[in-house]
Amino acid sequence: MSETKTKPKKTVVWVEEPVLGFWESTFVPAIIQGLKTTLKHVTDRKTVTQQYPEQKPDLPLHYRGVHRLNRDEKDRVKCVACMMCATACPANCITIEAQAAPADWPDRDKFPKSFELDELRCIYCGMCEEACPVDAIELTHIYDLTGETRDALMFNKDKLLSVYDQTKDNPRDPVRTKRGILGPSSEFASLPTLGPATVVPDSDRSAKNPTAGVIHGNQESQS
Amino acid sequence: MPEILITLLTIGVVVGAIPGVCNYLILLERKLSAWMQDRIGPNRVGPMGLFQPLADGIKLLLKEEVIPPHVDKVLYVMAPALSVFTALMAFAVVPFGPVNDATVPSFIRFIIAPNIDIGIIFVFAIGSLGVYGIVLGGWASNNKYSALGALRASAQVVSYEIPLGMSVLGLALMSGTLNLEKIMAGQTEGGLMAWNIWFQPLAALMFFTASLAEANRLPFDLAECEQELVGGWHTEYSALKWALFFLGEYTHMITISFLTSILFLGGWHLPFIAEATSAYPGLWLVKLLILCGKAFSFICLMIMLRWTIPRFRFDQLMELAWKVMIPLSLANLVMVMFCMHFEFSRWWLFFGSLGLFAAWGMISSNLRAAEMAERPGYVKPKKKAAVVDHGHGHGHAHGAHH
Repeated sequence: MSETKTKPKKTVVWVEEPVLGFWESTFVPAIIQGLKTTLKHVTDRKTVTQQYPEQKPDLPLHYRGVHRLNRDEKDRVKCVACMMCATACPANCITIEAQAAPADWPDRDKFPKSFELDELRCIYCGMCEEACPVDAIELTHIYDLTGETRDALMFNKDKLLSVYDQTKDNPRDPVRTKRGILGPSSEFASLPTLGPATVVPDSDRSAKNPTAGVIHGNQESQS
Repeated sequence: MPEILITLLTIGVVVGAIPGVCNYLILLERKLSAWMQDRIGPNRVGPMGLFQPLADGIKLLLKEEVIPPHVDKVLYVMAPALSVFTALMAFAVVPFGPVNDATVPSFIRFIIAPNIDIGIIFVFAIGSLGVYGIVLGGWASNNKYSALGALRASAQVVSYEIPLGMSVLGLALMSGTLNLEKIMAGQTEGGLMAWNIWFQPLAALMFFTASLAEANRLPFDLAECEQELVGGWHTEYSALKWALFFLGEYTHMITISFLTSILFLGGWHLPFIAEATSAYPGLWLVKLLILCGKAFSFICLMIMLRWTIPRFRFDQLMELAWKVMIPLSLANLVMVMFCMHFEFSRWWLFFGSLGLFAAWGMISSNLRAAEMAERPGYVKPKKKAAVVDHGHGHGHAHGAHH
């Protein structure tokens, strides 16, 4: 019963509205102040608009766009048809049909006979990319994907490989693998940590990390 | 040239020009609002979006006109027409350039109906008929949001009609006429110091405010209030009928701007450039440009105000009309009568207006404080002066320490 004896905490705080003085009651200073603000914005001629089709946005480095299937150094598809991505996919948009690897491919048992990815069902979460043990599937920066039919956006293996050919030389879509420890055909020695997906000023600590996510913004626009 | 032809020509020019001007005012509004919000605004049609009004016009002409099945067809179709009709009609007695000027070519006249002795009354009478368009549109739409918007519009216009008329009455007393041309002539002959704004600054402020309310412009656009009423009275309207409502609104804006510049800012008069005594070729064109420039700057001010001040709450709107503007305009009128009767210098009216303004500020701030003191659990604020004038109060305390 000792709990009831303690004084109840004061939870309701009554806040009086501030008393309006002479000038506030006449509205005039507030209106003038507001007009000053708007006029300042009219006259400073700064815009935040991006003229989209002509002026492409600067996306964060780990932006997740259209997928690609990476090739290995012998131009074969890197995928080993392990079904990890299809299993991880929350949208169920990946369909893989596996086939036994040819005899002269000693580094793997299987390869995908067909690899269908429905870009319309995909939610671009990047789970496939994370699940892939051989870094075969990756999300690129292509965001302006359109198609005239639903079928045109069912990407098959050839299409996904052509996306790789199209994006591999783009510095914003580096092949983020180095041959090493992670898997039989993975090329990572270590995984780089991802920085924040936002623009950071150069003085920020995360700007000094050589990571994929950081966008080096100019000082004045941020601070 | 016979009088009737000149009148027809003027009507033709005005009716032809106003929709075009309104279109470009919409572009101006979109551009200004974009700049205020650090955007670019329409810039795809033509250089800097200059042909955007044309594209808009074509779009509105070609759009499907939906007439919902649940509307009262006759009133529904009539409402936008009435809205534009009254707005254009009110413009008939507004001089939009130098009138009664001998240097103007004889076939040009800057007013549709010259020498109307009840000019101001005509403008107000016809202008406030414009609310019929809104009320009919809202009622005929058979839609609760439209009806609410229309109700609000009618209440608002009825309330603001009074201060609008009364703020000009003092001016009419001083000029001894209701004829807009004569009021303008009285100011242009007297020079800068005869501008009515010197003698009636408070009336000018109230006139401008009340006419914003009359035109349903923000911060008084409770009638269309997108956040609460979808679109208010024009919710059910589409395509050209919808455009007509806006043509009416923007025509109203133009009329108001011309009226404010004519009644209070000396019409086409500008010191040194266009005086009553100045004479040089093309002077009438300069006068025309000056008057239109004054009106244009008022339109710009209205647009700026629209994107600066948040919308009033409806009870605040009514409070402003009935508790502030009507008593103030009455007092202002009495002041003018007093001044005229005892033949005091008109300059007393300037200080009188300032005094009235101060009295209003003091009364309303005290009223609010008194109202707050009545609330349950009211705690008297410790320092009242600190809120009113922070810098001063602080400096005072600082000085006391030393």
